[in-house]
Amino acid sequence: MSEHAHAHDHKGHGGHGDGGHGDHADHPSYFKTYITLLGLLAVSVAGPMFGHPWLTLITAFGIAVVKAYLVASRFMHLNIEKKIASYLLLAALALLLLFYAGVSPDVMKHRGNNWENMAAQDEVERAEAAASTAPAHHHE
Amino acid sequence: MRPIATTRSATGIPTGRLAVWWVIASEIVIFGGLLASYLMHRLGHPEFGGPEYAGATNTWIGAFNTFVLLTSSFAAVKAHEAAQAGDGPTAAKRLLYTAFGGLTFLCVKGYEWTHEISEGYVITKNAFWSFYYVAAGIHASHVVGGMIIMLILYGDVKKNKELQRVELIGNYWHFVDLIWIFLFPLLYIAK
Repeated sequence: MSEHAHAHDHKGHGGHGDGGHGDHADHPSYFKTYITLLGLLAVSVAGPMFGHPWLTLITAFGIAVVKAYLVASRFMHLNIEKKIASYLLLAALALLLLFYAGVSPDVMKHRGNNWENMAAQDEVERAEAAASTAPAHHHE
Repeated sequence: MRPIATTRSATGIPTGRLAVWWVIASEIVIFGGLLASYLMHRLGHPEFGGPEYAGATNTWIGAFNTFVLLTSSFAAVKAHEAAQAGDGPTAAKRLLYTAFGGLTFLCVKGYEWTHEISEGYVITKNAFWSFYYVAAGIHASHVVGGMIIMLILYGDVKKNKELQRVELIGNYWHFVDLIWIFLFPLLYIAK
């Protein structure tokens, strides 16, 4: 079956047999998802205003994960796509985690048993000294 | 007549859509590598949250652009819905709305960058601004690419041809939106 024909196969009945996306009639409303996403955006902007770092972490990154899940599952239809698509994306994410695990100790730490990253230490010290003397100049 | 590669489907997913999933998987590694590197530096350098670093980005502009991209994603999924119903003209119109969202995003980005560069926050200012311009720049180039594809598809879709492509560009566009969902807190909120 051509892909063109595939698109038209969905019309009205939402078949799933040939790799289609199933019945969109029982799919959550796109508009409700959109409004939820906007609500979450408002929370992520409001979070830092309370001044608690842990709250900012949750409202910024926790909510980013929820928003990403909503977009992937409801707009990209990963929740009704064949599982192999999710496995493909998860494999890419797994490679990313491997990269992070391998590289992050050398970047996040500035000294180890037999090495020292002087440039990074100097930069931290320089920036902190500059921040303590210069007046704050930042946007909200 | 279409080539066999276009019509067979060993995975049960139409070839075009499977190709887009592959593109997205490779984009996860591209953007993910960049964002993971940023995260490592952010956690290893407390000064990144300071006034000459992330402290100088404008949260409201970032939030507005998030709103713009979420809205354009909504237009893209509604275009897909129209294509699925066999309504090419409506799908084409909604593709244009989506592309307009991309254009708005780029205009806001242009304004924002002009303002930041004029204040001295250039790509060589420090490591934060290097990450900022590279990450946002690569993302913006994906926005431009998506808009061009949508404009190319517009003519065929309007004539009820190749309607399955609306979903394909839609999935790409949602992914571009998804990347921004992570860029926004990293570059604009974590100060």
